[in-house]
Amino acid sequence: MAKRHDFVVRFAGEGGQGVVTAAEALARIAADVGYHGLTFSTFPSQILGGPTWTQARISTKPVLSPGDAVDVLVALNEDAFETHKEDLGPEGVIVYDSSFTPKSSGRMFGLPFDDLAKEAGDIRTANMVMMGALANLVGMPIKYLQDFIVNRYLSRGQAIVDANMKAIASGSSGAAATTFQIGELEPPTKPTYKQTMIKGNEAVALGSLAAGLEVYIGYPISPATPILLHMERNLIGPGKFAYQSSSEIESITSIIGAGYAGKKSMTATSGPGLSLMAEGIGLAWMAEIPCVIVNVQRGGPATGLPTKTEQSDLNMALTPAHGDTLIPVIAPGSVEECFYAAALAMNWAERYQGPVILLSEMSLAERAQNIPKPDLSKVAQETRKVYTGTNGYERYDGYELSPMPLPGKPGAYVANGSEHDSMGDTTHLPSRHIQMTTRRFSKLHLLEENVYEAENNGASVAVVPWGGSRGPSREAFEQLTAQGVKNVGWYYTMRINPLPPKMLEELRKKDLVIVPELNYLGQFSAYLRGLGVKAESITQYTGLPFRPTALASHIKELAGKHARKAVRA
Amino acid sequence: MSAKNPEYDFKWCPGCGDFGVRRALEFGLQDYSSYHEQPMSNSVVIAGIGCSGNLVHLVEGEQPYGFHGIHGRTLPIAFGAKMARPELNVVVVAGDGDFLSIGMEHIAPQAARNLDICCVVMDNGVYGLTKGQSSPTTDLGVITTSTPYGKMEGDLNPLDYYLSIGVSFIASGYSSKPKDLGKLIQAGMEHKGFSIVHVMSPCTTYNDTYEQLKGNAKKGIEPIIFDVPASHNVTDREAARKLVSTSKVPIGIVYKNERPSLDKRLVELQGRVKVRSLQAQLDGFDL
Repeated sequence: MAKRHDFVVRFAGEGGQGVVTAAEALARIAADVGYHGLTFSTFPSQILGGPTWTQARISTKPVLSPGDAVDVLVALNEDAFETHKEDLGPEGVIVYDSSFTPKSSGRMFGLPFDDLAKEAGDIRTANMVMMGALANLVGMPIKYLQDFIVNRYLSRGQAIVDANMKAIASGSSGAAATTFQIGELEPPTKPTYKQTMIKGNEAVALGSLAAGLEVYIGYPISPATPILLHMERNLIGPGKFAYQSSSEIESITSIIGAGYAGKKSMTATSGPGLSLMAEGIGLAWMAEIPCVIVNVQRGGPATGLPTKTEQSDLNMALTPAHGDTLIPVIAPGSVEECFYAAALAMNWAERYQGPVILLSEMSLAERAQNIPKPDLSKVAQETRKVYTGTNGYERYDGYELSPMPLPGKPGAYVANGSEHDSMGDTTHLPSRHIQMTTRRFSKLHLLEENVYEAENNGASVAVVPWGGSRGPSREAFEQLTAQGVKNVGWYYTMRINPLPPKMLEELRKKDLVIVPELNYLGQFSAYLRGLGVKAESITQYTGLPFRPTALASHIKELAGKHARKAVRA
Repeated sequence: MSAKNPEYDFKWCPGCGDFGVRRALEFGLQDYSSYHEQPMSNSVVIAGIGCSGNLVHLVEGEQPYGFHGIHGRTLPIAFGAKMARPELNVVVVAGDGDFLSIGMEHIAPQAARNLDICCVVMDNGVYGLTKGQSSPTTDLGVITTSTPYGKMEGDLNPLDYYLSIGVSFIASGYSSKPKDLGKLIQAGMEHKGFSIVHVMSPCTTYNDTYEQLKGNAKKGIEPIIFDVPASHNVTDREAARKLVSTSKVPIGIVYKNERPSLDKRLVELQGRVKVRSLQAQLDGFDL
């Protein structure tokens, strides 16, 4: 039987049918025994019901993306069956709930999930019936499932363990009775480092706390709400404050108030909330107040696609406010990077005394993945330069960053959103507007860091993804390398503004920079072109992430066209 | 942040009520500072945009901290500053346009939270800085630059509104009596909760109401303002409602209610909740 090193399982059904928990359970089981797992979910914007699907990709190596075609589709109702059957790969198998009879036939079979669960002794074990069937189809030893059950449920009593064991066995034998197989999963190599299984939103919450976050104020919005919930539950103690605001306008202006008072402060939102925060972000830039705004991108504009993924807020993140602004932006490209990006955003805000936007996205925020466990003792904590002198201080003096006075101590000034003089008093003098504008932009240089990935950097063409498209692009790049494509290099950074100067310098020398990104306009390539890079986008705006294999052929095609052009020239 | 700054190029019109409010705020802040033996830098004045907003730049003597933010958002900025540093004395200064029109959405949440700050609202019944448009407190039918045929909506009764949303300290003042107003502002600062001192502060250019407010015996004009009677029970909400529900404006403390402020509730919560260390939060996601 064919050996496989990874497979993709999709669970599709109605919200409330346990679809979400099934994918997460599978990823956790797999990670528990040493595989790597990653989930992808998309649900309707409603509390219960509606078509929902999640998938898990299980691999012997760390997983970079939700993957390509589906290997096993678990369809819990006929609608789900019809909607998702097209995404099945040529060797894929559909396991459907026998409550319905599909109109088509092929590599598929039915199992009465609920009935088998009831027979096992507990209706709640329906998920385990599915897991048993899956394990059989992909040739994963059933022992792994059994170990997981013992680890997970023994503390809750032998009866629960027994029911789950029976459920696994009946699912497995149900699948074994068919002739379908999709290969044999290679045994896992358990990582030697400590691991944690976490979602992007939670990683952002923990990363910001690791860098010393003290005040969090946010308004509920999909898909950023879990950050608010983590803070409300955990950001408690002397000098700390977490609160649900009355609107995103209140969120941004109140964290500015907290930042002004000396605290490390943050809010998190998604597209519509970022739109409401526009004026406030301009205020933080103008008055030079440290604060972090997390924007978990979803499909836009307006209410858009609240539960789908997109990378279409880059333009807005860079210049959210009217007037001359260029806000520092960090965009993590994986769940692990969500943690470090959030810590970096906190540090950047403190370092340059202004607002920083962390640009996450739905596909990362809701993705559960096993990652190397962050070592909290190694997370840097930067704190703003604070003024410690006597009264009469000119807070906005000069053309560069200066220490910030804090209320309660000498050095009273007016933090001003109107153009101001060195004391913070409103003025309209041309010389002051020149000085203050220069001052605000000069501080961006403090954030320039040459931290980026570069591979095959002699090639004249480079793939340069950003944010969540990093994973599928990396897989595509590795596919091309394996195919022997030589003229394509790789660059990546989560530091979007300012870009690592050395990386920018290298990109400017390329004949073509290919940017895979999930938006219509090609926002990152336009940004790069503005910086003097010959960049072109591969865009997708389906609300879903790229599929690596299709992306690889796009990249190859673009790079090939370029090569022919170069020959003719 | 001094009137003497030659670069500072904003000027109020002669006779503007905001001069008196500025003086009253100086009295209030100085009295608060000396009473609590705190440096002036422990007070923070947060201003919005409009004629009133420029009050933050004109305070004489030892300076408090200031924040001249954006239109309508004084309250959330104050909310963040106060909850970040509850030991600070946070004061909001705003006009009727800033506070009651664009900033209206922020009043009720702070009233519900009973945020321990003091708001000084300067009401001139008009948008002055943008040259004479109607505001929420402009009367029905009044002709302004933006209501050339008369205002089509009725005027808001701010004191009645504050009462209805549960503001825990409500006072009403008059800009021409800075000493008295200073005492009201100081009382607002001393109140442990959300306090609003609503001040009639006329605009001599677009809505000169001095004569109506003070009255003019020679012309037979009855004054609109009157002192809150000594017999008024400030803790009686119904009495307060009656007091503010006439065409006249009472001057003095209208209503006062003692209940825990948000920072006190936060301290109570901090004492009650068992907090997980960051390491424990992270460990919670272990495989």
